[in-house]
Amino acid sequence: MATTTFIKKQSSFLQGLQAGISIAIGYIPVALTFGLLSKSSGLGLAETVLMSLIVFAGAAQYISLSLLAVGTGIIEIIFTTFIVNIRHFLLSASISEKVEDDSIWKKMLYSFGLTDETFTVASTKEGTVSTGYMMGLMFISYASWVVNSGIGFVIGSSLPATVQESMGIALYAMFVGLLIPSMKKHRKVLYLAVAGAIINSLFYASQIISTGWSIVLSTLVSAVIVEMFYIKYANEENQHG
Amino acid sequence: MDKTILLMIIGMGLVTYIPRMIPLVALSQLNLLGFVQNVLKNVPYATLGALIVPGIFLFSDNLMFTIVGAIAAFSIAFTGANVIVVVMGSIGTLVLYSMFFS
Repeated sequence: MATTTFIKKQSSFLQGLQAGISIAIGYIPVALTFGLLSKSSGLGLAETVLMSLIVFAGAAQYISLSLLAVGTGIIEIIFTTFIVNIRHFLLSASISEKVEDDSIWKKMLYSFGLTDETFTVASTKEGTVSTGYMMGLMFISYASWVVNSGIGFVIGSSLPATVQESMGIALYAMFVGLLIPSMKKHRKVLYLAVAGAIINSLFYASQIISTGWSIVLSTLVSAVIVEMFYIKYANEENQHG
Repeated sequence: MDKTILLMIIGMGLVTYIPRMIPLVALSQLNLLGFVQNVLKNVPYATLGALIVPGIFLFSDNLMFTIVGAIAAFSIAFTGANVIVVVMGSIGTLVLYSMFFS
């Protein structure tokens, strides 16, 4: 019995690792660049790696570098980090509907690794997501983020510029690769993605709110509007039927 | 290591971790309304849409480059290829594109 449970846990961890490979690759250019910029903003190697180890949030870490560079105080930097990462609240609430029930400490452990990318991979997976899968997914993504931040600091920009620039597509290509299969299956996914894309682009173009808030608001508005549309549609169907 | 920087990093870590952790740990104990549950299930796809656009057109300053990358990603994904193939294929397409056209 114990062995079977062990093997099952092991294989879902491996599945998570495998699913996380795309993220790990996608993080390489972003983390290398972070390491590189970090050096040029005056942080040391230990500080760079420590920030990636403790924070694990790309956008927030980039922003903190630019704020440090212009001499912003640490309270403002911490507050900005909070604002930029507040969208994780929504992602965490959404993924809580998807993951298997497990002990609180395990959830506390893997929730540390919840990023836009690990969230999208886990939440577009069919069926319930096991704790082992979440651990594997988070582990490989986190490892790539931390290790490549350090490598970025040390080697700088020794990759050819064209390759570096080309790797910038990686995370978006992954998002597209995750979205299209569900889109083919469900019309609702198409409406949600198009609504999210349009609203976020409007926010971006108008520059009224920060990127973090823009993603939260466009996601919420799209998710609510499309749901209301579906309820209305379902009611009309019932009346006709 | 500079003490202020260390404090800053720890603060950043806390404010990043808390929003990631609280809903996941707390919400599973509650039974949410059907409508709220459905909205939360809609979130991934709306987020994907919002993350892809305008991001996919802004990852580089070169508009032609981003359009080629976007077309590559969408076309490979439409063939039903695995995510890793979509990622590597898009990077490969852009490397080839920059070798021949710029």
